[in-house]
Amino acid sequence: MYRSAASVDPLAEADASQTDARLALAETLLASGDLQASARQSIDWLAVHAGVHQAAVAVCDPAGSNLLLIAEHGISSAAIADFVIDRDDVQHPLVQALSRLEPTYFSPSASSRSPLDGIGFHAVPLRVDEDSPAGLMLVSASSPEIHADVVWLARLLARQLARLQSGPGAIDKRLGQERMLLYSIINAVTDPILLTDTEGKLRIANTHAEKLFAAPEDASEGWRRAVALNNMLFSAALSTSAVAQTDLSRRELLLVDPLEGSDLLFELLSSRAKDERQGTYVVSILRNITDLARAREEIEESYRTLRLAQAEVRDERHRLDLIIDSVADPILVTDPEGDIVLLNEPAERLFTVPVTVGESAQRHVRANGANLTSFVSNVLTRTGEQRYSGEIQLVEPPTGRNLPVEAVAGTILNDQGELVWVVTILHDLTQTLEKEALYEQLKHASAELERKVQEATAELAQQNELLRRQHIELEQASALKSQFLANISHEFRTPLNAILGYTHMLLHGVTGPVTDPQRKSLTRIDSNSRHLLALINDILDITRIEAGRMPLNVTQFKVSDLVVEVMSELEPIIRRSNLTVTAKVRNGLPTVKSDRQKVKQIMLNLLSNALKFTPTGSVTIAAAFDRRSQIISVAFVDTGVGIPHESHSKIFEDFRQLDTSPTRGYGGTGLGLSICRRLAQMLGGSIDLVSQVGEGSIFTLKLPARARRR
Amino acid sequence: MTEPRKPLVLVVEDYQDAREMYAAYLQFSGYGVAEAANGLEALEKTRELMPDIILMDLALPKMDGWEATRRLKADEQTRHIPIVALTGHALAGHAEGARQAGCDAFVTKPCLPDALVAEIERMLAVRRGETGSRRSRSSSKSKTS
Repeated sequence: MYRSAASVDPLAEADASQTDARLALAETLLASGDLQASARQSIDWLAVHAGVHQAAVAVCDPAGSNLLLIAEHGISSAAIADFVIDRDDVQHPLVQALSRLEPTYFSPSASSRSPLDGIGFHAVPLRVDEDSPAGLMLVSASSPEIHADVVWLARLLARQLARLQSGPGAIDKRLGQERMLLYSIINAVTDPILLTDTEGKLRIANTHAEKLFAAPEDASEGWRRAVALNNMLFSAALSTSAVAQTDLSRRELLLVDPLEGSDLLFELLSSRAKDERQGTYVVSILRNITDLARAREEIEESYRTLRLAQAEVRDERHRLDLIIDSVADPILVTDPEGDIVLLNEPAERLFTVPVTVGESAQRHVRANGANLTSFVSNVLTRTGEQRYSGEIQLVEPPTGRNLPVEAVAGTILNDQGELVWVVTILHDLTQTLEKEALYEQLKHASAELERKVQEATAELAQQNELLRRQHIELEQASALKSQFLANISHEFRTPLNAILGYTHMLLHGVTGPVTDPQRKSLTRIDSNSRHLLALINDILDITRIEAGRMPLNVTQFKVSDLVVEVMSELEPIIRRSNLTVTAKVRNGLPTVKSDRQKVKQIMLNLLSNALKFTPTGSVTIAAAFDRRSQIISVAFVDTGVGIPHESHSKIFEDFRQLDTSPTRGYGGTGLGLSICRRLAQMLGGSIDLVSQVGEGSIFTLKLPARARRR
Repeated sequence: MTEPRKPLVLVVEDYQDAREMYAAYLQFSGYGVAEAANGLEALEKTRELMPDIILMDLALPKMDGWEATRRLKADEQTRHIPIVALTGHALAGHAEGARQAGCDAFVTKPCLPDALVAEIERMLAVRRGETGSRRSRSSSKSKTS
């Protein structure tokens, strides 16, 4: 009971309006079923009607031992945020105040360990009669004297608390509402949120999380599998030690979108939370960073591309280095001051020097450098020329050998037209100079050779001229010989003509009768003269043939006539020979167009030869015509001594008879066959021989029906 | 019937032995013979004696046989007299040259007297075989000799 309050009749003290306000509040509280709202309305009413500036209501947790703040007025929310009082803390001033029946006044200096510290206030236990207190109301007050409304309200609120708290499921209902609110909040979060125990078993999941980690009854097989996979991945992520040991961990987690089947990358934020009744659990929030990952991949890709491009540039540069190094000629790039900025390997050998080489090589390198610098400075003075070339005398550093080079320089200008580099290529002239020297020698040798050739040519020309003259002289001599022979045969014949003539006349008795011995002698004279005449005639024929002055007199005649003529001319000899001489001339022999006199001469010769060399047997003259080749052949077949094969060609040579002894048994000049063959050849024909010793001979004259001069 | 006059042969030959040999044999064979030793003489004797036939050596002193023949053949008076060329030169051109000069026949030396006589008889026979009017004309001319 509130003793001090009881001594004051509330109705007596309160005026009518005060009474109306109290009634209105009481009605409101009666209608309310909400503990928190009732508490707030109560202290708000106090603030209005009792001039209370600050107030708070704490209730005893029916399930536990805590004193929970459920409403406040005029107190900063921060000050009451985690204001919980353990009722077992008997030393706590407010716990002590709770256990009293009367309100306890805390002066501003007193420590109450409450949000109202620093101001004076009353801690009024809210209890109905002498029941255990249902809560505590803190009301600010400037003096220990308590306001009557406060006392009244405390009694009212205590009853209200008792009513609401004693109602079955009142607290559960409140908590259920709060849980629904909480769910709707976490469901409103677009990130999946999960509450699991430390083993990863799911306790609470928002709808976004359920999409990933739970499959409806009618879900497809793929969906189920994706969900199972996601659960597995998630458990694995949580079970790592990081979660167990740190309050907040952060990692990436790759899951599968069960509906799309695509990969989803999440950032997993998980933190451990402790709850006295629930034990330790883990709150996990998944943040979809798939797009972020994609962006990162793109960045990585472009970075890689950049790296590749850089590598290519590096390769290009490397290749360029290789190329200029592989050029056998030294290449140097110098800046306008003449300092070398780039040089290839062959140039290095001339213009740089390893520290290990001797003094002389270093001197040579310095000399080369000086020569190059002077060349480059020449190039610089020649503005406006793109290329400049000249010769430089360099030295091979290791050997000191002279190295004449041709330097070709090109200038490289920047965009402003200023000279930035001079590129110089050096070409070894040693070989060129050697070649020039060789060429000189060669020219000299060539000139020498030419001179010798000219000398030889002149000599040759001289000899040719000599030969030509000799040839002319020989021709003249030959002509003279022919002329001489012609003349001499003529001169021979003039006296021979007289000898033959007078012998003839004597034999014909022109000068009177001759005796038999005289006749015999005259006959000897006659035959020897005739032989001499034959010799002279043969010599004359050979001479004329050799001189090409044997005239051809081509006429038409019959071979058969000639055969008859030849046989009749040789009739005396035939008669003396006792040989059977026959002519076999085929019918239908064509008329021949040739030199009759020469054909006759050949035939006479061949027949007289046959008669001469045939002791017994026969001689046959056979004439035939081959229509296809248009050749007339006249064969003289004898049964005479024959001619050995090895002599077949010999007998056609000049002055040849097989028997060359002075006392030879056969007459004749030995020119007959030679002349015959030459005459036959003149007429386009030939004389063939078939013969064996002891088996006779066949000489065949072959002539074209129409003579063609050879 | 009167004995016909012996045909007169003019033998033109510079080589005396030969000339006289032919002359002797011609006379032996029944011909009248006149002799000339060179071309000029041959022209004179021909115009003087008007022989029936001339035996003309070609190689002659003073005037050679070709020239003498050309002149005789160019003369209307002596053109009809046959001329038989005698040549020892059988080299090309001699026979042809003799024909071109106007010789009617030619004989190559050495020529036996009987062969020569045979050729002369042949030539005269050819001449006789020609038209009779021509023979009477030539015979009328020969009367002047």
